[in-house]
Amino acid sequence: MANPTPKPEQIAAVDHKPPAADWMDTKPEFKPGMFLYAVRKESLEGVGQPNPRDWNPTDADWKLPADWKGIVREGIKERLQRFRSFQIFMDICVRCGACADKCHFFIGSGDPKNMPVLRAELLRSIYRGEFKVAGKILGKLAGGRKLTEEVIKEWFYYYFQCTECRRCSVYCPYGIDTAEITIMAREILNLLGCQIDWVGTPVNNCFHTGNHLGLKPHTYKENVEYLLDDIEEYSGVRINPSFNRKGAELLFITPSGDVFADPGIFTFMGYLMLFDHIGLDYTWSTYASEGGNFGFFTSHEMMKRLNAKMYAEAKRLGVKWILGGECGHMWRVITQYMDTMNGPADFLEVPVSPITGTRFQNSASTKMVHISEFTADLIHNNKLKLDPSRNDHLRVTFHDSCNPARGMGMLEEPRYILNNVCNNFFEMPPQTIRENTFCCGGGAGLNAGENMEMRFRGGLPRMNAVQYVKDRHGVNMLACVCAVDRAVFPAHLEYWVPGVKNCGVTELVANALVMDGEIPRQYNLRGEEVNDLREEVDLPPIQWPEEEEGGEPSEEGGE
Amino acid sequence: MHVIFSLLAVIVLIAIAYAGVAGAGMTYLFGVVIPYAAVITFFLGLILKVLKWGRSAVPFNIPTTCGQQKSLPWIKPNSVDNPTSTGGVLARMFFEVLTMRSLFRNTKLDYRVAHGQPVIRQGSEKFLWLFAILFHYSFLVVLLWHLRFFMEPVPKLVGVIEALDGFFEFGLPQLLLSGVILVAMAGALLDRRLRMPNIRYISLTSDYFPLFLIMGIGITGILMRYLLRVDITAIKELTMSLAVMKPVIPQAPIDPLFYAHIFLVSVLFAYFPFSKLMHMPGVFMSPTRNLTTNSREVRHVNPWNYPVKTHTYDEYEEDFRDLMIEAGLPVEHNPAEEAAAAEGGGEAAEAEPEAPEEKKE
Ligand code: SF4
Ligand code: SF4
Repeated sequence: MANPTPKPEQIAAVDHKPPAADWMDTKPEFKPGMFLYAVRKESLEGVGQPNPRDWNPTDADWKLPADWKGIVREGIKERLQRFRSFQIFMDICVRCGACADKCHFFIGSGDPKNMPVLRAELLRSIYRGEFKVAGKILGKLAGGRKLTEEVIKEWFYYYFQCTECRRCSVYCPYGIDTAEITIMAREILNLLGCQIDWVGTPVNNCFHTGNHLGLKPHTYKENVEYLLDDIEEYSGVRINPSFNRKGAELLFITPSGDVFADPGIFTFMGYLMLFDHIGLDYTWSTYASEGGNFGFFTSHEMMKRLNAKMYAEAKRLGVKWILGGECGHMWRVITQYMDTMNGPADFLEVPVSPITGTRFQNSASTKMVHISEFTADLIHNNKLKLDPSRNDHLRVTFHDSCNPARGMGMLEEPRYILNNVCNNFFEMPPQTIRENTFCCGGGAGLNAGENMEMRFRGGLPRMNAVQYVKDRHGVNMLACVCAVDRAVFPAHLEYWVPGVKNCGVTELVANALVMDGEIPRQYNLRGEEVNDLREEVDLPPIQWPEEEEGGEPSEEGGE
Repeated sequence: MHVIFSLLAVIVLIAIAYAGVAGAGMTYLFGVVIPYAAVITFFLGLILKVLKWGRSAVPFNIPTTCGQQKSLPWIKPNSVDNPTSTGGVLARMFFEVLTMRSLFRNTKLDYRVAHGQPVIRQGSEKFLWLFAILFHYSFLVVLLWHLRFFMEPVPKLVGVIEALDGFFEFGLPQLLLSGVILVAMAGALLDRRLRMPNIRYISLTSDYFPLFLIMGIGITGILMRYLLRVDITAIKELTMSLAVMKPVIPQAPIDPLFYAHIFLVSVLFAYFPFSKLMHMPGVFMSPTRNLTTNSREVRHVNPWNYPVKTHTYDEYEEDFRDLMIEAGLPVEHNPAEEAAAAEGGGEAAEAEPEAPEEKKE
């Protein structure tokens, strides 16, 4: 790691007392590990975004456009008219502080500007100072301040230290959602070209190649093929999925991170096995090969530009409806934005499970069903052959990802699945799950590599709840339905709660799945020997049948 | 600074009323003109602000879901905290407004470090909710109770409220609890703001000022009723004349304290539409609370949805056609099969996948 990240004990010594100086008189320090890199020029150019340039947040001069103040004022004004949420949230906060200690970044950093209410005030004070008579005349006395370059730097620092998790919104008596304010602030920053690279570059990749990672079509397919080899090696079943196939009944879309990085790939293998097991007529797309949408983390417009591929590809391929994989913000976009932005999808049909006949009335308009809803329905109708004891070496807890929890309400489906595919399931404390869930600390584009200290701080409350169930119930697996979680948790767990691993729900489904023609499942999808894992938790070894041959890796891939 | 300024402001306001009435004899100004102006400002300001909010669009359906969604028939949905129907939204708003349900969820961070290990808990914290709910309800009761000054005959309801309010029948005139609770709760909220370091840190002048103002109103009211025993008949003569729009200042003198009281009330009314007190109408219009959560079932329409530049499949295939054909992926336009086959061998150079993890090192 480039930056010397402090030790857990150092980070844990958080002081939640505010400093003596008034918050309007303090400015952020751009300390390595606590801020994100500036977006590279090419990435902004690639998608035609304003003010592409080479710059660095630690520079004194951010090379803002000449009329940057006018741009910001106009940007605020326009958004006040376009978004009632923004207008009302600017006007009605009473600073009761109910939201103050709900933010994981405040809990983990003690920085008062990470209290959602102050995060919002960073923008609200400009709203008052630039748009309100009292604020213009009385200034600070009326809670207003003037727009300066320092303010822009402060916005960049703190609005890219909010994961848009909406936990604050749950507790606010008026539902004020600081995530919404962050979204507006980021849009305005984007008008000045003040974007972070970990959002801007994936956006550019996604726009041109179809996915955040920039995997070109053949590479995407190749990556899947490696996973197919692994599946064959560990389960003895060879699967032959299709890509970009016209006439398939369903299109399946999931975040590209899962085709590439550990442990997401095991969830990806899980999808392949599950669909094979039930004989689903579906296809993957290399064009719409990204379920996630980092555009959401820069502007509504960019979100729409990236999201458009989903419906467009479903239409081109002539599928009946779309099935979506495990991902957090992807599902917020699908639930609350997609149909409005890019619908109506009247060329698709109301989703009906081809296996169980269940009609998903709840997605009658978006025509898109969540894999956990789909799987829960399969299990409920006894369509899966499951042996949950195969996961007996795991003691599992479940992390509700922010967006499915607070932007959708998908709480029971994954729990129902977990309770059917494993025998040891434990909940974290009630104040940290379901609608009260704590963010992983890396959402909304903050799962970069240069801000590890920020991430570890933000991830602390979640990790502390994992520690709680680890201490009490010996939990050793943190399951989730989010690809960003899977990118973020491994490092956070290793740092805060060593010994606990992270997986997607569908990975556990596939481990428990009794496939037709399978070999004895001596290995899990990670290629770990099940008996070794059982030994670690003092379970007796399984006696595998004599004529085993499944351990041999098959040398050839899919010829 | 915020605190002192707010306190001073209220004291100055009281002094102005005293000086104006007792010193300069401007009873008409303080008894008639200012109250009318304040009420007009209140209604006009409120209506204009709400209309302004109403003109701002609701482009997306963004409720905060705080409970199980309605999905499969055998999973019980939480129809209040994740309302898919209008009835559910009404129930959600009902609980939000009348019971302050979200505030009731409040917790208190308990952060400790034991043996170098952080221990983080969310403890119960109901005081803010308690103070807030008592504050608002006693305010409401006091307001209703004051209707007796503007109506003749006094409505039954007011009588009932008074009877309940004066449940503890001590003193004469009967002590009305609501006024006392109102002042006490304003004090509790102020105390909280001053004593909790983080709440104090976020507080602005506009947070202290209304608290002092309301305390000033409550205290002047209580003083009038119990200590100074102002001339109620004369006051009612004035207030009734205001209510029927035929304002007259009664012959019998009224204590300047009364004018201070209604001056503070006038300031509160006039200040209301320009302040955070607008949370009162605002809570009804908050898009994270007042929308149904069925946006997957019924399409929400954005009035300003505009077309955007996307990267179409055709453009994508144009960029990658050769690679796709080579990888055996179906394409829409396959330039002459044989030509592709002839060229295919020469183009075998593998495009490197961009390494997305590079920055992590
Ligand atoms: S809970 Fe709501 S009203 Fe209270 S300070 Fe936070 S945003 Fe403002
Ligand atoms: S949305 Fe989440 S990260 Fe952002 S301020 Fe609220 S609690 Fe903090």
